[in-house]
Amino acid sequence: MSTYDRSMALTGQPPVMLSRNQKIATLVGMFGLAVILLAAFNINFPNKSLWLTISLVSIIGGAVWYSWDAYMHKAPGIKNDGVWFKSLSNQGFWGWIAGIALTGFYIILYFYPEYLGLVAKGDNKGVIGLFDPLSKALSGNPASQWFVYGTLYTVAILAFGIKFLWKYRHNRYERIRTFSVMFFQTAFAFIIPELMARLNGSSLLNGGSLPYYDLKNMWPLNYYNFEGYRIKGFLSSGDIGFAMLIFGIATIFIISPILTYKFGKRWYCSWVCGCGGLAETAGDPFRHLSDKTVKAWNIERWVIHSVVVFVTLMTTAVIYSYLGNDTSKYWLTKSSFLIGVAVLLTTVFAWVMLFKREQFKKDAIYGAIGYFVIIIALIGFHFYSGDGNVFLFKSGTLRKSYSFLIGSIFSGVIGTGFYPVLGNRVWCRFGCPMAAILGFQQRLFSKFRITTNGGQCISCGNCSTYCEMGIDVRAYAQKGENIVRSSCVGCGICSAVCPRGVLKLENGPLKGRIDSNQVLLGNDVDLMKLVNQK
Amino acid sequence: MENIVIIGNGIAGVTAARHIRKLSDKRIIIISAETDYFFSRTALMYVYMGHMKFEHIQPYENWFWEKNGIELVRGYVTQVDTPNKQVLVDGSRAFHYDKLIIATGSKPNKFGWPGQDLHGVQGLYSKQDLDLLEINAPNKEACKRAVIVGGGLIGIELAEMLRSRDIPVTFLVRETSFWNGVLPEGESQLINEHIREHHIDLQLATNLVEIIPDENGKVKAVTTDKGDTIACDMVGLTAGVTPNIDFLKASGIELGRGVKVNRYLETNVADVYAIGDCAEQHEAIGNRRPIEAVWYTGRMMGETVAQTICGNRIEYRPGHWFNSAKFLDIEYQTYGWVFGERGKKEFEQHFHWRDDKENLCVTIAFHKETKLFLGINTFGIRMRHEIFDRWLTEQRDVEYVMEHLADANFDPEFYADYEHKIVSKFNSDFGKSIKSKKKSIKRIFQIS
Repeated sequence: MSTYDRSMALTGQPPVMLSRNQKIATLVGMFGLAVILLAAFNINFPNKSLWLTISLVSIIGGAVWYSWDAYMHKAPGIKNDGVWFKSLSNQGFWGWIAGIALTGFYIILYFYPEYLGLVAKGDNKGVIGLFDPLSKALSGNPASQWFVYGTLYTVAILAFGIKFLWKYRHNRYERIRTFSVMFFQTAFAFIIPELMARLNGSSLLNGGSLPYYDLKNMWPLNYYNFEGYRIKGFLSSGDIGFAMLIFGIATIFIISPILTYKFGKRWYCSWVCGCGGLAETAGDPFRHLSDKTVKAWNIERWVIHSVVVFVTLMTTAVIYSYLGNDTSKYWLTKSSFLIGVAVLLTTVFAWVMLFKREQFKKDAIYGAIGYFVIIIALIGFHFYSGDGNVFLFKSGTLRKSYSFLIGSIFSGVIGTGFYPVLGNRVWCRFGCPMAAILGFQQRLFSKFRITTNGGQCISCGNCSTYCEMGIDVRAYAQKGENIVRSSCVGCGICSAVCPRGVLKLENGPLKGRIDSNQVLLGNDVDLMKLVNQK
Repeated sequence: MENIVIIGNGIAGVTAARHIRKLSDKRIIIISAETDYFFSRTALMYVYMGHMKFEHIQPYENWFWEKNGIELVRGYVTQVDTPNKQVLVDGSRAFHYDKLIIATGSKPNKFGWPGQDLHGVQGLYSKQDLDLLEINAPNKEACKRAVIVGGGLIGIELAEMLRSRDIPVTFLVRETSFWNGVLPEGESQLINEHIREHHIDLQLATNLVEIIPDENGKVKAVTTDKGDTIACDMVGLTAGVTPNIDFLKASGIELGRGVKVNRYLETNVADVYAIGDCAEQHEAIGNRRPIEAVWYTGRMMGETVAQTICGNRIEYRPGHWFNSAKFLDIEYQTYGWVFGERGKKEFEQHFHWRDDKENLCVTIAFHKETKLFLGINTFGIRMRHEIFDRWLTEQRDVEYVMEHLADANFDPEFYADYEHKIVSKFNSDFGKSIKSKKKSIKRIFQIS
């Protein structure tokens, strides 16, 4: 279609080549990565604390220096020049290389941690060994592959968060939001759980030990939260443990619906969530790669809602499997639990069908299918389950396949590994059951919308192109319609890149939220009344 | 079944087609010589700048047209035969029409400058112009300097585009200050400064005299009426546009600068309509120009003509004027009428505020005697279309607007607000003591 692709240069056109500062910055950052890579090949660094510090400081320093040079000499404003000319960000050669490298890293991380130096009994070696001093300083325990991952994850969010802050320094919404994800990652996902581990066995917890718990991470994103060993951990840890268990239940059933009603699901997905945090910072250079076609949208809805059904069944099965039958031992039994789940789902389903039918249209059928699959499965649980078995297979099998397929492959290997190929929100868009549930609330029961500013849209396509969730924002904006989509994470970039000030994320009244009138497209009211007649 | 033939697949023609399809099952044929599919002309710049690929500026996926029964024909209409009701494409293929809509848009102005047709000299309007720019100015090595002639919206866009590839730009503007035929002085001044912040060599009150070729017939330099010779590899001619109607000269359709139409967008020939940039009203509507080469008006005319063609003959009655643009990093919106020095009415009084630190300013026009609010220009602050449209309809006075200015703000959440600064400047300018009210969701969304 276009003519700019004549050169074979991997970096695209001249203005997107690296400056001298950026070359040095890249060298510094790569040096930091090289230290980790060498450790992976079992080079035993003499002073691990020192080398780990050098490595992490180089990575952050290199990334920050690079971004400083990229943005700080330019006037504040949108910085998308040459995005589609760079092979790293246009699904070109370097994009694929980056995708393959990330995917490979995730496969090793999830399935072959011993290659990273994990030693079950005895001192860790390799990369994990390199991170031991830091882990011991925080939690008192040696590092695991998850500690290494958590550290690198936090480093990525901080370093690229700073980049993002400079890139959007003219935009206060983006800046405050980015400070928020940087804070929640560093404090809640990284430091607090490590420090909490120090409490284990202390009198504060009545000698019990808490499971590793990132407090901002709620079910079903942490699908494992209500598994037997965790419940035992919570219940063994006195009032604090009990409070955390209650908090875990409250986050999904009380806190998140209220916040989503007031602010839309953005309060979580682009302000708090760790997956969202990485996507918005390290993933930002790839946001335009998400597929905007109607076909992709159809696939998205099937896949993500199937995951919701899967996780609901899996969690129910897991809890069911460790509950007893005797009410005198514990108030919650297998049967009463199943009935509870069925009642809850029926209430939600009936409420939607009664009050929100209008907004649901043909999606109602899909909703009904999902609902009935779950209900029939619940009945199946009841009649066909034996000891340790749920339905026809072991609950453990169900849990393991979820953990493998969704928890590892989808959210990690594909979700992050494919950033440079499919965009930075693949997991959030196609896979995350949490996003689906919050999205459902956002679509039907929230004050949040993206308001279209009357008739000012020029159909340029910046909003759609830079929507990481693959929403065709323009399709609504050019008709003068507000954008109310369940998948919108409220990152605010569509509004930022709009050259005509057409889009505004806001929380407003429920009335007229979706079907705004088209009077403002510019013609007089009589004509627009005719046009609005459907 | 009636054949509706539309010449031109821009916003006007495509809007007409979409609305005719909504209202009827008539056969719809769109003929375009430019591209296979509709694209957003205003977004061409972002393709050159690498913000988007060409496919991204096409608002509809390619299956859309067939699915909606809109036939697309690629070709150049060479002749419109009104007695036989047919159009001839590329001199060979003939299409019969029952209703014909001319929506052929504009072409860049050329004012007979010596050398205006040399290699390396071009306008910026069509997809072909974009392709040409990739040849004339692919990078700063091939194009060591570009000269842009004509200080309007397209000129500044072209300058921004070239700067995105680090190409040095000299910008020749005939006026004494950028776009001051339209913008009031303070705003024009702000943009002058902003252009220079972007390292564009802005030369005001300077005219092109001649474009000088090298031995291969390619541009080598330009000379200006200031006596300068500027070496360059590319010249952008962006001194406005003219309706693209040369192919209609022998058709019997009445032409002025554009295709002459009445308020029903009908030409002098039955069943032939003209909409968008190429249509010229016999008499200007309100403060509007007879030819409105604006995205939004093209869209409105498309909607209007669709009603007429589907049996509901209706006048083109545009609502309150609005427009927008972006000057490099500064967004501009306007609602109602604010005139520059040249067009300013004798009853029109201006209030101007400019922030002392950031690139923000606002100009509000109101009636000297009645204080009636006439319009607003806003730079760097987004305003809510619906609110200004309402205030204009309700004929609010300027003091009401000042008092409720916060309701009109459309900036993203958490942005600093400037209403207090604006209102206090207004108070000190006019000896008032207006207090600005807090933003009210109830007022904005009209909930009681």
